[in-house]
Amino acid sequence: MVLKLFLGIWICAVIVLGLSLPMVAQPQHWYELPIVPGLEDKARIVFFHVPTAWLSVIAFVSSMIYGIRYLRGRQPEDDIKSASAAGLGFLFCVLATATGAIWAKVSWGTYWNWDPRQTSIFVLLLIYGAYFALRSSIEVEEKRAALAAVYSIIAAVTMPFFMFIMPRILASLHPEPILNVQGKIQMNTTMLLVFLSSLAGFTGLYYWMWNLHVRAQGVELHRIQS
Amino acid sequence: MPSIEPAHPSWLLSVVSIFRKDWQSELRTRYAISALAMFVITTISVILFSLGSEGAPPAALSGMLWVVIFFAAMSGLSRTFVAEEERGTAMTLQLMASPSAVLLGKLLFNLVLVMALNSVTVVLYGALISGFVIRTYSIFLVTIALGSVGLAAASTIIAAIIARANTKGTLYPVLSFPILLPLLLTVINATRLASEGALFEEAYGEFQVLISYIAVVIATSYMLFDYVWKD
Repeated sequence: MVLKLFLGIWICAVIVLGLSLPMVAQPQHWYELPIVPGLEDKARIVFFHVPTAWLSVIAFVSSMIYGIRYLRGRQPEDDIKSASAAGLGFLFCVLATATGAIWAKVSWGTYWNWDPRQTSIFVLLLIYGAYFALRSSIEVEEKRAALAAVYSIIAAVTMPFFMFIMPRILASLHPEPILNVQGKIQMNTTMLLVFLSSLAGFTGLYYWMWNLHVRAQGVELHRIQS
Repeated sequence: MPSIEPAHPSWLLSVVSIFRKDWQSELRTRYAISALAMFVITTISVILFSLGSEGAPPAALSGMLWVVIFFAAMSGLSRTFVAEEERGTAMTLQLMASPSAVLLGKLLFNLVLVMALNSVTVVLYGALISGFVIRTYSIFLVTIALGSVGLAAASTIIAAIIARANTKGTLYPVLSFPILLPLLLTVINATRLASEGALFEEAYGEFQVLISYIAVVIATSYMLFDYVWKD
């Protein structure tokens, strides 16, 4: 209860700070954020878009890890954890795609231009879609859990290839999320602090939602068993 | 953990006999071969009709070649595993042979099927679509060969997965596409290089990606096949 309240206040603070702190060319005071040339106020999306994209990947990886655990131990709880993570990952993946597309409209003039980042988030969406299509077409629980786990592992091992392939095909216009090419942090301390708090807050939100879903599904599982 | 069998003579023998069994039953019904052949002919004629007298840029044509190959593969390659489930012979096969032998036998069968499919498709595509010209044959041949192996490798393990599901036909391309996309993007790029007359060395990057993709997919399939195959 206390944690839930704390999380709510934390997220609210991040939203308020992320949207309201002034952006100036030469930040003098602690509350001022630097202007990113060419982006100005549009740069504020970094506080909300990047955490959703980060969570869609984290959820995918944790879904795969629980899938591996299921294959090793055959515990139905691990499958519930894996499927819940995938469900939330899909939600955050849709959010990342939508916020990214809106931002692209404002700053590139088009919702979608097959930028490498857009292509990779699109592939992640496809994998989530295929994962749920597979789950919904198998009735036996053990088989469904095992095959879904196997599929997420195969998808996870082929995903990294995009990192090598995409730069060979297209150049990206996407701003570097935290570090630029030289490995230098572009944000000032305040901006980095708000960004990292947002990342932490969203991750906490993800964990809370995931935990809630896992417990609800666990209750369901015990009700069916007894 | 999956059991790793040594390359025992009897293991190799069961790989070969599974391949021969599939091959003979394929020759008896010609299900996959005729479906694949008709699919390729239909798709190429659709492309021909839609292009009409107007040509298309070589980059688009080299992409479309792989569209034909991808969807043709999706119409025939799931057969090896789906047929076992439909005939009710999967159980017997589980008792008779080790999982890795089943996987390898089926992989060999799909590989032969894809090789045959690709040679027919490439010949027909090159003969019928006038704008499609290959200038560097070495790149093109290596791309087709590596692309076939990669396509067979990924589609065999996905076929094993969907054979256990209810909606097999529609699920197959849905599950395969995200897995095959790295391969498709790479072979399309390599085919474009071949049609532009690039030097063989320029396609090394593509070949490296293809070879590592094949290695990763086959190794993963080998490790995970036990969980898919055994009940």
